[in-house]
Amino acid sequence: MIEIRSLTKRYGEVEVVSDFDLDVGPGESVALWGPNGAGKTTVVRCLLGLVTYEGSITVGGLDASEHGKAVRGAMGYVPQELSFYDDMTVYELLDYSASLRFLPPERVDEVCEIVQLDEHTAKRVRELSGGLKQRLGIASALLPDPPILLLDEPTSNLDAHARESAITLLEGLRHEGRTLIITSHHIEEMAMLVDRVVAMEEGRIQVICGPSDLADELGLKAWLHVIMSNGDTSAALDVLHGQGFTARLNSRGVLVEVSAQGKGEAVAALQNAGLSIRDLEVWR
Amino acid sequence: MTAVHLEAVSERAQPSLVAAIAKKEIAEAFRSKWFWMWTVAFAGLAVFMATVALPGSQVAEFGSFGRTAASLVALAQIIVPLMGLTLGASSIAGQRESGALRFLLSHPVSRSEAFLGTYAGLAAALAATVFGGFGLAGLITVMQGGGADAGSFVRIAVLSWLLAVSMLGFGMLVSTFARTASAALGIAVFVWLLFTFVGDLGVMGSALATRVPTWGLLATAVVNPVEAFRLASLTAFSGSLDVLGPAGRYAVDTFGDQLGWMLFVTVGLWAAIPVVLAWFRFTRGGDV
Repeated sequence: MIEIRSLTKRYGEVEVVSDFDLDVGPGESVALWGPNGAGKTTVVRCLLGLVTYEGSITVGGLDASEHGKAVRGAMGYVPQELSFYDDMTVYELLDYSASLRFLPPERVDEVCEIVQLDEHTAKRVRELSGGLKQRLGIASALLPDPPILLLDEPTSNLDAHARESAITLLEGLRHEGRTLIITSHHIEEMAMLVDRVVAMEEGRIQVICGPSDLADELGLKAWLHVIMSNGDTSAALDVLHGQGFTARLNSRGVLVEVSAQGKGEAVAALQNAGLSIRDLEVWR
Repeated sequence: MTAVHLEAVSERAQPSLVAAIAKKEIAEAFRSKWFWMWTVAFAGLAVFMATVALPGSQVAEFGSFGRTAASLVALAQIIVPLMGLTLGASSIAGQRESGALRFLLSHPVSRSEAFLGTYAGLAAALAATVFGGFGLAGLITVMQGGGADAGSFVRIAVLSWLLAVSMLGFGMLVSTFARTASAALGIAVFVWLLFTFVGDLGVMGSALATRVPTWGLLATAVVNPVEAFRLASLTAFSGSLDVLGPAGRYAVDTFGDQLGWMLFVTVGLWAAIPVVLAWFRFTRGGDV
């Protein structure tokens, strides 16, 4: 479906994507994962023909650099944030997007229903919450019912509720058999949304693996800040050290280093020792 | 899902897509407070010229339309370039900055279509402002009993619009280079000063300081699109270029009746050149 070969992108002297190779099959869901500046958004922009690049990108048998319109016709793009066309209503923006794809206005109504925007079509873009803006971006991308969806950090600007709602929507799209390419730096979401993760750093592929293997492959760690009930802080520290965790006290509780995808292990260790946890949060 | 094999489609600009983008640009312009500020300012000053300033003045050789047109030329050569330049400068750079350009180009839309649609929409919005202002002023002149020289008046209105789209083209050219909308606007204001004041003073200064031949002085004047507009407009309603002194007399003597059309075509060329350069830069240009 999508074949990327030796993709390299330079801005002046700086190489932001280097020798990037990737095949994405039909119906496959792939995450481009990495910190800010890793080059994942640049890969998406190369796929859309928004930037010049070296190497080759083939989509559905067509060279993306020569057949940009045909390739983009098969893709729906969800930007990180819809921070433009503020004075347009939801309906006007989608109608405009539909007109650029020669789609009938009825398609706008259908898509609004799919992403549950039908009650908000008369609102101006600037009046929408982050979650609704994200739905609008997804609605625009779904207008042509494309086989490929490119989603750039689809949950990065959302609160917890909106994020959960967006993930549910994206899971649905994934199960419809579309090819999804998602950029993200949220490791937890990847497990729910993708078949493979392409971990990137400084423009290069570090590893390509299943989402549940990512933390182990890269040795990703997080810090869990645990607040104990009943002042059991010292006891908690002893238990964690006894179980082989790296842990230390801080002013309010215990900081324990955990695998990025195994945070429950430390919690289980404390609970199995009969200690009660009042609160916890993840520090990265 | 089975593998998808895409069919190649023509990469050439499709008029229907250009029209769809232009329609959106017109709607956005009509929603913009800047656009209405310019429209109200231009129409208001045009109406003021037609109602208050001119009936009392004694410009003996012109009819009432001619008198209104003469004052509108003076108004248009200041306001219209600024209007076109700022609108053009904020177009592409502003869309690039906000992410709107990226969103647009993520559709099956070519850069040519995006550019031409934006340009056509803004040119149409400028037409509404310019012809609205001239229309109101013309209406008032007719109501005051004027009627002669209507053809020249219309020609000057068209020249003003050509000046507006010329400056729109320059603004869009600036916009293709600038990193931000505010930088583009800053450069646009500088270009406006250059065309409107520095160019005019430069021509006069160089005429005094050097022994430029008369044809050279005329050529120097039409190299500036604002000056070309002024000369074309003056020719449209008075048939002479006395304002240019010897160079004006040289032009009238040399080109005779053809002078008006030659200057009209010159302004038309100025309307085309910058937008072609901007289109070339945008479609061949780099990253969005």
